[in-house]
Parts: sequence; structure tokens; C-alpha cells
Amino acid sequence: MKAVWPHLPALQVVIPLIGALLAGFMRRGTTAFALALVVSWLMPVIAVCMLWQVLSSGTISYHLGGWEPPWGIEYRVDALNGFVLVLVSVVGAVIMPFARRSVAFEIAAPQRAWFYCMYLLCLTGLLGIAITGDAFNAFVFLEISSLSTYVLIALGPDRRALVAAFQYLIMGTIGATFYVIGVGLLYLLTGTLNMADMAVRLAEAWPGQSPAVIAALTFVTVGVSLKLALFPLHAWLPNAYAYAPSWATAFLAATATKVAIYLLIRFLFSVFGASIDVRALPLSDILMALSVAAMFIASTVAVFERNVKRMLAYSSVAQIGYITLGIALANQAGLTGGLVHIVNHALMKAALFLAVGAVFYRACPMNLTDLAGIGRRMPLTMTAFTIAGFGLVGTPGTSGFISKWYLAIGAIERGWWPLVIAIMASSLLALLYVGRVLEVAWLRKPSPAIADASDPPLSMLLPLLVLALATIYFGIDTEWTAGMASTVAKALLGGVR
Amino acid sequence: MSLDLILRIGTKLILPFILLFALYVQFHGDYGPGGGFQAGVITSGVVVLLTITFGLEAAQRMAPQAVVQRMIPLGVLIYAGTGVAGLLLGKNFLDYSVLGHDAVHAHELGIFLVEAGVLVTVAGTMTAIFYAFVERGR
Repeated sequence: MKAVWPHLPALQVVIPLIGALLAGFMRRGTTAFALALVVSWLMPVIAVCMLWQVLSSGTISYHLGGWEPPWGIEYRVDALNGFVLVLVSVVGAVIMPFARRSVAFEIAAPQRAWFYCMYLLCLTGLLGIAITGDAFNAFVFLEISSLSTYVLIALGPDRRALVAAFQYLIMGTIGATFYVIGVGLLYLLTGTLNMADMAVRLAEAWPGQSPAVIAALTFVTVGVSLKLALFPLHAWLPNAYAYAPSWATAFLAATATKVAIYLLIRFLFSVFGASIDVRALPLSDILMALSVAAMFIASTVAVFERNVKRMLAYSSVAQIGYITLGIALANQAGLTGGLVHIVNHALMKAALFLAVGAVFYRACPMNLTDLAGIGRRMPLTMTAFTIAGFGLVGTPGTSGFISKWYLAIGAIERGWWPLVIAIMASSLLALLYVGRVLEVAWLRKPSPAIADASDPPLSMLLPLLVLALATIYFGIDTEWTAGMASTVAKALLGGVR
Repeated sequence: MSLDLILRIGTKLILPFILLFALYVQFHGDYGPGGGFQAGVITSGVVVLLTITFGLEAAQRMAPQAVVQRMIPLGVLIYAGTGVAGLLLGKNFLDYSVLGHDAVHAHELGIFLVEAGVLVTVAGTMTAIFYAFVERGR
């Protein structure tokens, strides 16, 4: 144990990478699933150990290949990314048991092993983005996770998945290009790629609002915003989520956009925050306006959407708006709200997409009208859906309420009262689109099309119920989520000018 | 078929030299331009040339699909395995300095293995992409 301890940061990325490679040799879906399950369950152990180490003895720095930073690549774990690593790995571990039956149902036998290979590669990329302290290495991991995501989406049971994957490929590549141009500008300015070193050099050599620094900030922000589907750069997301395999949608919705949000926070607060006051830039107002637009426009589209998966995808765009609103507020309560919503939204959206996946597994239809009375046929599944749905709305007693509470306090502290009203009004829109599904599922007579549907087997039901219960649990006990988020927000705001 | 006699004999003659050149590019990568990526592309060029002159069946007898598909993860596994070897010998991931009797030789060995991994993966990937295109519409 002692020998493994200092190498945890490397193992966090190397184990899923090796897992992906071994899955690449496998031809049978079940063996690849077993491997993916073992790897997914190991990841949170490593992530929690590292977070515990960070909280008890400070930032962890790991030098890849033994090369000292800033020359070599450094893996740097602090409270912020320790928190993100725990989120990504826990979501992966909780939803993994669901995958076996769902994937076997939706994906043809020869491609199942490749699916798990691509999932593990995507996990490698996402954990890599979160753990690395090197701006270019983050780009490499961004590409690893993106390329594997395109494949995951293209494996969807519907042929439209191919178009959705291609659309995301184009948008994702543009986003990655913008990001790498921004990193290139930063490298020209500072001569370093190490984020911590970059922050120090920017503060020393380029204080104030140098146009070059602003250009770099703009490129990085736009590139990462494409990846996190900030409105109006979200066009790739609804189709990608709607046509990807159900399990892949749940995994990506809970982790991929969240890791991109982490990268945005890292750049805004840790890299640029030390030399320029991001809050004084027009960027802050633009981010605020786009967040509010996302909350309203995407929610309105969701209200009129007939395909349940697409509806939830538009809801994701709206919910990401809340998180970016917290980033734009950039005060203690606002940032805490944004950070805690990263966790809360990840858990409830994973639950919602898993519930939809379970319905697809038992009954197939995905249009709202086909779901009439599904609540009576699949009561436990739809109960989980209902709980997570109330979480999206932000009902008191669910975790969604906690996030919105902090956001509202953050808005009041900045003196922006209309924002509080906007947060409440957009929650009503969420009530509308969630309510539509609940009305159809619980109050209508079951249609003959779903006559022999019933709750899915335990391996699918358990992850779903765990996530739904987490939505309630984190609405009552906020020690782990909001407490942790507030510590992180304090550390981030302490580092900015 | 007799008309392309020169082409077929010429291809047979030139193939070993293409492979030799790929190996030259691979090992000369330490001192000059070249390395695993370029060598991998040249290696897969052999399969392309074989397919054009002798047809897909002949090429796939020499480089079967199953082998090509397994080369892709194998190369990365060689690369990552070299990194893990450093980890197992008590150093950081990708630290090659413990692989040999002194640091300089160890680094050379480490880079040699990593480049070999790159060669295998690139050759496999390029060939797999080529097969995917050729097999379309068959």
C-alpha cells in the first residue's frame, strides 16, 4: 500500500488506459464488461484516497517520467480537481452494472467489446483532463475523450446516430482547435505549458489587460464552451444525446460536459484569475446573459420536445446554464452553487437517462405519447425518474434545491434581483417539461403497446435507485456536496485578484 | 493477367526494400528525421501496394484483418507497458532511467520500446483504415 500511495495520480489515468487496451483485444462483450466493471470500481477508490490526501496534507504533484515541472508534464491534484475526479469516477462506478443488459440489448454482438473499449478510453480522457496540470496535456486528453465519445455516439441503435456523431465531430474539433490556439498564444506569452507556472508568469510579465492575454482567454473560453455546450454553442448536444446508446448518454451527460466546465473554471480562476480580474471583463456579462438565455430558451424547447431523450438533452443545456451562471457570478455563494450543481446535476441527469434507458430496454418507445401509463407497468423505474425530475425542478428536499438556493444567494449578494426571479421562473419551465412526462406516465391508462413491460432486472434497477436516493440525500445532508464546493470556491476566489 | 507481369515481379522485388526502408526510418529516428509514426505509415504502404497489384485477398492472406485489428491496441500496450515498467521498478510512470544499467542506456531502451509501440499501432491503424475503405461496397 505504501509503495502504491505516491503513484495514485498516474494510476488514476493508467489503469483505465490499460483497461481500454485489453478490452481492445477482447471479442466477447461479457468479458470486456467484466473488465470495465473492475476498472470502474477501482477508480473511485483511487480518487477518494487522493481527495483525502489533498484535504489532509495539501496539493499533490506528480512528475511524469521524473521530469520536474514546468519542463515535464505534471499531474496536480488540489481540492477542485480532486472533487471532479471523485464525481466522474463515482458516476462511472455506480452506473456501470446497468451497462451489461442495456448494451447487450442495443448494440450488435461484434461491437460490444469495442463499446467497452471506447468507454474506458473516454474515462481515461475525462480523468486525464481533470488530473493534469499541463495545458497541452489537457488538450491531448480532451481529444482522447472526444474521439472515443464520437465512437460511443455512433454505436447508437438508430442510424441517425451516425449523423449526430458526425455533427459532434465537426463541432468538437472546432472547439478543440480554438482551445489549442488559446494555449498556443499562452505559450508564446509565457513560454510554459504548466498551468500553475503559467499563472505565475502571466501575473509577473503581463499584468493588466494585455490584448494578447485577452485573445488567449477568448480562444480558450470559446473552445471549452463548445465542449461544455454553453448556449448557443450547444447545437451538437441534443442529437448526440438522443441517438447515442442509452447507457452512453447517461455516462456522457453526467461526466463529459462537467469535465469541460471544470476546465473553464480552472482557466478562468486559476490561470487567468491571478493576473486579470475576469469579473471586470465583458466576458462575465456575456457568460451571464448566455446562461440566462440557456435557462429559458433551452427549457422552452424542452417543453415542446416530443422525444423524451431529446427533451432531457435540452434540459441538460438549460441546467448547464445554471452552472455557468454560478461561474459568472464569481462570488462565494454563486460559485458554490455552480460547483454543487455540477455534482447534483450529474447525479440526477444520470438517473433520468438511466430511467429512460430502462424504459427503452423493456418497452422500446421513446416518444412521449407512447409512454402512456408506463408508471403503472414500471413503478420503481418511474419513481426514480420522478424523484430525479423533481430534482431538476429544484423542489425543496432534493439536491436541485440546494444548488438553486446558493445561486439565488449569490445573485442577491451581487445585487442582481432580476436573476433570482429568472432562476425561479426557469424552474417553473422545468416543472412544465418534467410534469408533462409525469402526467403521461402516471395518470394516463396504460397503452396496449406496453402491456408486458415491467421493472428491469436488479442490475439495472439498483444504479437507478441509488442515484435517485442520492438526489434526495444530497438535498438534506449537504456536508459532502455543498460543504466541499464551498471549500473549493473559497480556495478559487482566494487565488484571484 | 500476363500484361501486368512486370508490375507483379517489380512489386515482389521492391517489397522487401520498402520494409527495410521502414526499419531504417524507425531506427534512424534516434539521430535524424523519422521514427515510429513514419515507419508505421511506410509499413502499411506495403499492404496498399500488395492490394493494388495482387488484390485484397492476397493482401489479407499476408496481413489478416484479425492481426491488423489486434496490432492497434498492442502498440499502445507496448508504449504504456514501458511506462508501467518504470512504475514497477519504483520510479514514476514513464521514467525509463531504471530500465538499463545506466541512465543513458536506459533512456535509449525506453525510447526504442516506445517507438516500437508507435510503429505497431500506426501500421495497424493505417492498414485497418485502408481495409475499411477497400471493403466498402464489396
